[in-house]
Amino acid sequence: MAILEVENLSVSFLRYTGMFKQQTIRVIEDLHLSINKGEMMAVVGASGSGKSLLAHAILGILPENAQMSGMIRYCGETLDPVKQAALRGREIAFVPQSVNSLDPLMRVGAQVRMTAKGKDPIAKQREVFQRYRLPENVERMYPFQLSGGMARKVLLATATVSDAQVIVADEPTSGMHVDDVKEALQQLKELTNQGCAVLLITHDVEAALETAHRVAVFFAGTIVEIAPSADFSGDGERLRHPYSRALWSALPQNKFMPISGAQPHPNEVREGCLFAEHCPLTTIDCKNKRPEMRELREGMVRCHHAT
Amino acid sequence: MMERKIKRFTKWKFPIYLNRRQRALLSVFFAVCLLVAVGIGGTLLESRALSTSLTERNVPPSFEHPFGTDWLGRDMFARTISGLVLSIQVGLIGAASSVLIALSLGLAAATWGRTADRIISWLIDLFLSLPHLVTMILIAFVSGGGMKGVVLGVALTHWTSLARVIRAEVLQLKSAEFVQVSRRLGKSRWWVASRHIFPHLIPQLLVGLLLLFPHAILHEASITFLGLGLSPHQPAIGIILSESMRYLSTGMWWLTVLPGLALLTVVRAFDRIGDHLHLMLDPHRSQE
Amino acid sequence: MLLEGKDLSFRYHHGPWLFREIDVAIRSGEVVGLLGQNGCGKTTLGRILAGYDNPIKGKVLMNGLPLPGHGYCPVQMIFQHPERAVNPRWRLSKTITEGWVPDNDLLEKFNVRKEWLDRWPNELSGGELQRICIVRALGPQTRFLIADEITAMLDAITQARIFHSLLQIVRERNLGMLVISHDRHLIKRICDRIIFWENLVH
Repeated sequence: MAILEVENLSVSFLRYTGMFKQQTIRVIEDLHLSINKGEMMAVVGASGSGKSLLAHAILGILPENAQMSGMIRYCGETLDPVKQAALRGREIAFVPQSVNSLDPLMRVGAQVRMTAKGKDPIAKQREVFQRYRLPENVERMYPFQLSGGMARKVLLATATVSDAQVIVADEPTSGMHVDDVKEALQQLKELTNQGCAVLLITHDVEAALETAHRVAVFFAGTIVEIAPSADFSGDGERLRHPYSRALWSALPQNKFMPISGAQPHPNEVREGCLFAEHCPLTTIDCKNKRPEMRELREGMVRCHHAT
Repeated sequence: MMERKIKRFTKWKFPIYLNRRQRALLSVFFAVCLLVAVGIGGTLLESRALSTSLTERNVPPSFEHPFGTDWLGRDMFARTISGLVLSIQVGLIGAASSVLIALSLGLAAATWGRTADRIISWLIDLFLSLPHLVTMILIAFVSGGGMKGVVLGVALTHWTSLARVIRAEVLQLKSAEFVQVSRRLGKSRWWVASRHIFPHLIPQLLVGLLLLFPHAILHEASITFLGLGLSPHQPAIGIILSESMRYLSTGMWWLTVLPGLALLTVVRAFDRIGDHLHLMLDPHRSQE
Repeated sequence: MLLEGKDLSFRYHHGPWLFREIDVAIRSGEVVGLLGQNGCGKTTLGRILAGYDNPIKGKVLMNGLPLPGHGYCPVQMIFQHPERAVNPRWRLSKTITEGWVPDNDLLEKFNVRKEWLDRWPNELSGGELQRICIVRALGPQTRFLIADEITAMLDAITQARIFHSLLQIVRERNLGMLVISHDRHLIKRICDRIIFWENLVH
């Protein structure tokens, strides 16, 4: 039962190129995604590729010079800015990438309690802090007194104590200790057992695979494959899209083998598949027609040749 | 769809979409035209500004005298324009001197070590705590009034915020990675200062100058209004307004309202340029 | 050639000591890995070895002599955030030639396209900027490289590509390289010798 669905999402920006001219840059193009209740989906891809913007689009907090088109549905209901504002923080929680999102003038304990619903916010907050191995005195500290890792844990806590049905986490564990990363992702996984859905945006593939149920591979502004995390194993034969296979084999623990070329620039407009330049399976078809997202073997893929 | 397009209809009657920077360029263009017009007008009308005509005293605004005439029959329009030219000159010198002081002290505070920094920061705090209008009038008075008094008064009271900004920028730049890398690649301190640090400061200096400039003009007007500034044979706007105050009760409104409005228009034009530039430089809002 | 840090100790103002009296040595042609968690002080050690900061105690020597205070430093450091390591107001053609003029061969090896050099830093991605920073640091006078989490912000494919080219150059020119990272798979894959931060600082 899909709780959050994203269809045909496109996000573009108006940027100044040179001094006086403006240009529209498409950062996300025709993106499809759906998350079920009680599921954790990881979105992996290159840093700076626009994954964060996906999170911002779902929550309705895109910057002013952004243009969005497409449809986002929550529990079957299409979202518009008004509904997004109502759901934000209540039913859809956000763990931002930037540690500066904490209010610098409020103690962190109070900030976490603000989002905790129910009878006893203090107990909930203390319990969560304990789980994240934050010492007791941290709740009385201000954000500037926290180290990077501690601040990240606090950000995560603000989302986990709320009763949100969907948590969107944007790189929540970057810069954290390896053990803390495991703990934090475990907690998110436990929330999914209670029915919550989690969208985890990260470029740490290893951590994502350990806890996520499904993984969406982000490339050149769109999602090229959605696969169960078990498919990421061995040589990556079970993966559907050539980019996912290349990503998997480029990891240092696997073959550490790169492919030629890199992500196409958002400025470059192209017909056809955006991966065609670097793909070993390219044909004329690939250069002319952009592949549609289709179902394949319990997953989804955007490729003409995937089997 | 959150699309934002700004339309401007020109006299060619087709819509032109202008983004913020293009609009800023347009307002800079108009402001420059205004300045040039005022400048040319000032030189052409100089003689008319001072010539009296006892047969045409106290004439309200008309075709011949768009701003009317004063009690000595002098054409108010000519007087206003040459007054503006003078005010702008004084304002520019005052603002430029202030910016120079701010630049030197800001740089010194950031690069001459902790003691110098402490002394200069203390000085900045001192000047910021004094009400600048009072201090300025005092300085103008002590230096004997006139052009010198006005320029000194404006220059010595308005450098403080810009100095702080410069100091902060330079301190931040000194610890920026690309500046440190530059030194490790073999560049001398002087090279780093002139190619990396100074170009980063230029926008701030420009914005500082443009925002200070109208401020300085208005201050000149007020100092002269109080009698401490320029003398009557240098008819800046301040003098015009101060002398015309006496005649307000007799119903000769054009002697104060029109020059006052002219002053405000010029000041506003510069303010707008400064605002646009400021926004362009703010990294969070520069893409609007 | 030998780059060594002897008896290095460092702390910020009067805070806790990040490390005390540690010894590090890197030989030409060696790829050494420094493995440790984020925020533990590995970057500071890297900066000290490259001459960006001075140790409170101890010294850094190359072949027995201290690092030069001015002029091109033979120990070059590559940072984690390339967007901070380039002047945002300079075109990249100016940035890449700041220390020396790179030849086309090297540019090709790192897949640096000519048209990028005409652009401004904010128009390029992290991976592209990082490659330009690496080329900038590979002047003829460079003998040692300190790579501080240079691919932590990049995806796996870009990381693999960068390190393939980098290792090739390091072997060709017999440079010594210290790779600082928290990714143990990466360190195991590319380093001849691994220094564990916990062991170093005991």
